[in-house]
Amino acid sequence: MARYILRRLFWMIPIILGVSLLVFTLMYFCPGDPARIILGQGATQAEIESLRETMGLNKGFFPRLGEFLVNTFIRFDLGSSYISKAPIVTEIAARLPQTLIIATLFMLTGVIVGVPLGIAAAVKQDSIVDRICMVIAMLGASVPNFWLALLLVLLFAVNLGWLPAMGMGGIEYYILPTLAGAMGCIAVQARQSRSSMLEVIRSDYVTTARSKGVSMRNIIFKHELPNALIPVITCAGNDFGNSLGGALIIEQIFAITGMGQYMVQAVFNRDYPVIQASAIFLAIAFSLIMLVIDLLYAFVDPRIKAQYEGKPLFKRSGKKVTA
Amino acid sequence: MKSKGKFRNSMFGQVVYRLSRNRMAMFALAILLIEVILAIIAPLIIPYDIAAINVKERYQEPSAQHLFGTDKMGRDLFSRLLYGGRYSLLIGFLSTLFGTLLGMLLGAVAGYFGGRADNLIMRGLDIFQAIPGMLLMIVLAAVLGTGVEVTIIALTIGCAAGNARLFRASILNIRSMEYIEASQSINCSPAKIILSHIVPNAMSPMIVSFTMGMAINIVVCAALSFIGLGVQPPTPEWGALLSDSRADMRMHPYLVIFPGLAIMITVFALNMFGDGLRDAMDPKLKN
Amino acid sequence: MEQKQAPFLEVKDLAVEYSSDGKAVHAVNGISLTLEKGKTIGLVGETGAGKTSIAKSILQILPDRSARITAGTVKLEGQNLLDLTEKDMREIRGKRISMIFQDPMTALNPTMRVGQQIAEVVALHNSCTKAEAEERAKKMLEMVGIPRDRFREYPHQFSGGMKQRVVIAIALACEPDLLLADEPTTALDVTIQAQVLKLISDLKEKNNTSMILITHDLGVVAETCDEVAIVYAGQIMETGTREQIFDHPTHPYTIGLFGAIPDMNEDEEWLHPIDGMLPDPTDLPPGCPFAPRCPYATHKCESAVDFTMTPDGHACRCCNLERAEG
Repeated sequence: MARYILRRLFWMIPIILGVSLLVFTLMYFCPGDPARIILGQGATQAEIESLRETMGLNKGFFPRLGEFLVNTFIRFDLGSSYISKAPIVTEIAARLPQTLIIATLFMLTGVIVGVPLGIAAAVKQDSIVDRICMVIAMLGASVPNFWLALLLVLLFAVNLGWLPAMGMGGIEYYILPTLAGAMGCIAVQARQSRSSMLEVIRSDYVTTARSKGVSMRNIIFKHELPNALIPVITCAGNDFGNSLGGALIIEQIFAITGMGQYMVQAVFNRDYPVIQASAIFLAIAFSLIMLVIDLLYAFVDPRIKAQYEGKPLFKRSGKKVTA
Repeated sequence: MKSKGKFRNSMFGQVVYRLSRNRMAMFALAILLIEVILAIIAPLIIPYDIAAINVKERYQEPSAQHLFGTDKMGRDLFSRLLYGGRYSLLIGFLSTLFGTLLGMLLGAVAGYFGGRADNLIMRGLDIFQAIPGMLLMIVLAAVLGTGVEVTIIALTIGCAAGNARLFRASILNIRSMEYIEASQSINCSPAKIILSHIVPNAMSPMIVSFTMGMAINIVVCAALSFIGLGVQPPTPEWGALLSDSRADMRMHPYLVIFPGLAIMITVFALNMFGDGLRDAMDPKLKN
Repeated sequence: MEQKQAPFLEVKDLAVEYSSDGKAVHAVNGISLTLEKGKTIGLVGETGAGKTSIAKSILQILPDRSARITAGTVKLEGQNLLDLTEKDMREIRGKRISMIFQDPMTALNPTMRVGQQIAEVVALHNSCTKAEAEERAKKMLEMVGIPRDRFREYPHQFSGGMKQRVVIAIALACEPDLLLADEPTTALDVTIQAQVLKLISDLKEKNNTSMILITHDLGVVAETCDEVAIVYAGQIMETGTREQIFDHPTHPYTIGLFGAIPDMNEDEEWLHPIDGMLPDPTDLPPGCPFAPRCPYATHKCESAVDFTMTPDGHACRCCNLERAEG
């Protein structure tokens, strides 16, 4: 197992370097002169020229790329924002907790609400319960989360006045963002758990369990759920990973100062170091989450665990074929 | 009757037949067709000029005169929404089409040639997919800027990686099937195997992924426009309409309700239709 | 009333229907059979003849969404199992009646340790501690020829033959009175088949267990069964003792089945397959279901056919006995 983890971590290195190269190149070819952005419109040509010199902007692509990679991965220095001049590391550290809270809430709500919906639908397949659950899931999958956020604000904050429309603070500030952002996760979880549950219900080993005289309750909890819930882990991990950088509109609408909002701000301000650094940071986080998902998989499914343990550390094996 | 029977026996015929029996999918298809037709004939039927500013008539509540009301500049929301469908649907359609084609090209090269080409392409896709989807979009928006064309490009890049993986996986899957070996054993030429076995069988997941992908791209496009990175107002793309009226939401909620509803109905219909299509293409998967 | 003791197992007029796409699939159509304690009856027939449905309806583990027992009784020592509540039926499953399934690759829960899967049935039906149940499970593993220290392994670590041994261990862990063996060797290698079959027979012998053996392999029947019932399209076409069926096969279908086995003693060039296929179970012919494939069919076969006694005293569902015997 440890070897598997090491192997995966090792393979993360080229991916992360690739992401860095990609993002750096994109930023390099971005329109606009960083020196002018920093100094503002009133700066003279001489001032801009001297700043370009001190920032090393006059050097070519490769020297700058090298410098960037050395700074990022050897000195662990992500640089400073053009606009606030603050070190990006501290800014990310300040914003990350908010995003982690949001992402956790989305993921948990998706699992807690979506999975029971899907299981109920599968157990009562083709009944009215099934239909209702699936229509809810379909609507949830179709509603744009930012629009839902607006509607929720209109209803619960503006008209009813029950909840705050935006900002941060106690639990009440998290209810509307979670409702809006988790809707998609709920829908995905419900659909996923329904279809995997249906597959499991029909499997031979459930018939075996019935033939042993196991009660319905124990069939569901001991035999069906452990097998049906394996794909749920992937969904939950994806939800969490995507919410890290993808909850940006929810963050923006509710004025939550998280990573997503930070990046959108940076895009508008053409604050390239911030975009660069947060993209790389989130890519690392995302890859780590995917690794955690795979490890959880091994934890619940002994077949996969055996697969991992069987693989040598550095052998180039056939990649998984699944999409 | 005989010819119909024959049609039903062809693979395509069976898919159409099964699909036609799925009421929800047919309902979704009807919605989509109506939307497409409305978008095409929008310039002919819209009651008001979409750009005509009429300050006297600003913030009219929905009425017989202005079906969905008017915005802060007195523009008729119904007309703008109908016309905006052209942007939203076209951006969604084209970006998904390009993304699917690009993905299929990459996936086919990786899956068919294998070896070094496969490795190179797959590692490249790993890099793209290591960045969460929405994040990749805004990074691309930062580089490319805003507007209809660049939004299409960004969305294309965004969905190509997933499609490439999907197409590669189904090609590899089909290549290992016994019927391919069977065709080889009766001396079928590789060209014939590719055209008559691999492509048709690998297409069905792509078609399903196309409908679902278009739904996603329409939402992502609207989302980008909403935060001000995709299509810019006054272009009446649905997300841009939302963005334009966001500040007026509290006093005039209808201005955000209708454009959002349009997005949701379209996405709902695409998802519904995609579901039906998947069931019709592979009855085994149907639960 | 006769004071005769009720037979150990008596199935009467059992009928099972599946619904598929709104159509009724008639899988089992009026099956009757009796079985004495300690005896084995073989249900023989083609794939799709409804043999598995018979076994699953005795245990009432048909997929409850799509299948329904529409008629008949299943009496175990005089008690009709179909009248029992689900809760009472659960007491019987695994304890008094248990089942061995056809495909060992899918019959075991992939996320549960094999020992646990055996111990589960022990713990369900005996008031014992967890440790006792596990000890019993380990004993069962040894009994089916698997070292006890593999108790904590998962099904994917076992070969097909070993998985089937585990399935057998589960089925026999509570020493049931009746064992339903559904093609227990079909999915296995030929070399393993004999071992597994012997294992089942030995364990059955030890506990004087009755068995319904479902198979399409007449060789297996010849080795293990006391009685034989030939099943076709959800009906029994011919039934009798093993000797009766093997020495005097009477029904054209039975004869056809024997014709499809090569006879090593004679120098035949060709096997004689039965032409045609099973009738569509959504649209069965009104009379004898075999009539469309039968070389001796007459107009009499178009109306319902009942059992007739053959000269040697076994039952055969055919209206042209004289012809068929020729």
